[in-house]
Amino acid sequence: MIPKAGQTTMAVLSYLEAIRETLRQEMQRDSRIIIYGEDVGVRGGVFRVTEGLQKEFGEDRVIDSPLAEAAIVGTAIGAAVNGLRPVPEIQFADFIFPAINQIVQEAARIRYRSNGTFHVPLVIRAPFGGGVHGALYHSQSVEAFFAHVPGLKVVIPATPYDAKGLLASAIQDEDPVLYFEHKAAYRSLKGEVPDERYLIPIGQADVKRQGKDISIITYGLMVSYALKAAEELEKEGISAEVLDLRSMRPLDVEAILETAKKTGKVLIVHEDNLTGGIGGEVSALISEHALFYLDAPIMRLAGPDVPAMPYSAPLEHAFMVTPEKIRDKARELAKF
Amino acid sequence: MAKSKALYGLDLDADRLRTMYYYMVLSRELDKRIWILNRQGKSAFVISGQGQEGVQVASALALNPATDWLAPYYRDMAMVMAFGMTPREVMLGQLGRALDPSSGGRQMPSHFGHHEKHILTGSSPVATQVVHAVGLAWSMKLKHEAGVVLTSLGEGSTNQGEFHEALNFAAVHRVPVIVLVENNGYAISVPQHREMAIQDVAIRAQGYGIPGVVVRGSDPLEVYQVIYEARRRAIAGDGPTLVEAKTHRYTAHSSDDDDRSYRSREQLEEEKRDDAVVRFREWLEQEKLWDREAEDTLKKRVKQEVDDATDYAEAAELPDAGTVYDHVYGSSPA
Repeated sequence: MIPKAGQTTMAVLSYLEAIRETLRQEMQRDSRIIIYGEDVGVRGGVFRVTEGLQKEFGEDRVIDSPLAEAAIVGTAIGAAVNGLRPVPEIQFADFIFPAINQIVQEAARIRYRSNGTFHVPLVIRAPFGGGVHGALYHSQSVEAFFAHVPGLKVVIPATPYDAKGLLASAIQDEDPVLYFEHKAAYRSLKGEVPDERYLIPIGQADVKRQGKDISIITYGLMVSYALKAAEELEKEGISAEVLDLRSMRPLDVEAILETAKKTGKVLIVHEDNLTGGIGGEVSALISEHALFYLDAPIMRLAGPDVPAMPYSAPLEHAFMVTPEKIRDKARELAKF
Repeated sequence: MAKSKALYGLDLDADRLRTMYYYMVLSRELDKRIWILNRQGKSAFVISGQGQEGVQVASALALNPATDWLAPYYRDMAMVMAFGMTPREVMLGQLGRALDPSSGGRQMPSHFGHHEKHILTGSSPVATQVVHAVGLAWSMKLKHEAGVVLTSLGEGSTNQGEFHEALNFAAVHRVPVIVLVENNGYAISVPQHREMAIQDVAIRAQGYGIPGVVVRGSDPLEVYQVIYEARRRAIAGDGPTLVEAKTHRYTAHSSDDDDRSYRSREQLEEEKRDDAVVRFREWLEQEKLWDREAEDTLKKRVKQEVDDATDYAEAAELPDAGTVYDHVYGSSPA
């Protein structure tokens, strides 16, 4: 059961606090969960997501690891095989690449290659995304690399509420889940979060705003940006629906097709680079299954095809997708 | 050969010594049969452990399969059999059969894995298993389980970053793991001096602050002693040990390789004079634990087991094509 407002006690939490409180709640109920990574223990993480957890759960459950991403993920695989529920943190998504061999070749393939006799329930948390002057190596969106890989699940919450329900689901999932947290959302996004535990099924998108003229399909920080854009568009008489994918793998094909059929005009938005991004897959699904419902070509608004986000403000702004850019593109689509 | 008296104090008795020899011979003969099946066109790929049986069997027998785990690599057929996999199970994997316990015919042969028998599934990119072994052993420590993990790899694989990351992690957290390097002198075609600027891989242990031990792979008793001691240290909470066994690879890297292009026949003959299977038999004979009659009986038994494994696997079903989508994900309670 997913509790709704008014049915349970709530607290207004930031996106970051929602993640921390979920980790705490899950660790209290499941002694198999261990957290480790660079600086997650004494320091409580460079973003302070795990602050206080080592004090509460001890050094055997919240562990500062050596600075070595392949070892962080690889040891989590070994521990998961032996019945623990590791929730390792990669300090920045940009630093996940030394572990890609362990994630893609090992974690993703172990169930398949062992004919189902081994599996690795683990959750890799990593802050991602830009707009925080993080430059090339502290701003990246890496979800498309992993969404390509059968055997992995990839989720990105857009609200504090979703952050809790998705993380709880990820932790109790029997397969490896990548849980990406937008670092610009950590403190800027706040919302009501029920105290009690609840699960948001992985693979289920969510209509964050109903609309009838166009559909904006997006995820992560871009959801709140799209909602802002939708408010402005409303004033211009354009009714925009906002679909939050929440899960990049598996995609909620049904929800994608439903909104496409409903409005007939689809704008896909992501901060990740345009080419090979999630938008291409979403677009292909709509083309394959809902082409004759469309009243306009599918449009995509995404990070430009440059290697990564630059540092200096004008350059960073030129890369970032903003509410204004979404509004303008959506208007273009509505008027098609 | 190490002194037998010392060994009896290490849990070895005459039966166990004969068992050690049995697994070495069984593996050698099963391996030879697999090459024949390859040449007959019945098995597409062979990757062989001939020459390394002494290291592998002695290591496995120094462990306790009830509490310990193996994270082996693709030459470890003798090791996994001495740890509990049967010749039939090996052959099912070799022929890609549905009942192959390692992978149901999904992986190339010799990618051993067996959950019930505590053998961790492995892949082809080298040294990835070392990190898994460390994580598994670390979890044993966190859960207060009395056991160790032994992981093995070739010397060329010790150049991988994951080898370094794993040993460093294991050393910091005093993880009950034994990392066994089976140094056969070649990474496919590249000789050791082109892989690293050191003679002994074991000295890499110094960089992690853990013991590094070199053993002669053709002396199974010495290997047994070293692994036994490494296990004792691990169980006692003293952390990991890096063991390097100097050994030999008597075949090409795989059935798709031809070692004549990089190793002279004279060199190979020289290596074959240090064959653990021969040396260990000679030692058993010297100790009056073995004779011609015992050898004949063993050879007959092994031939029968190899025949049985071959017949059994050849008659076994291939996987159904419809199962290609199975086991991508498990069922999730969410």
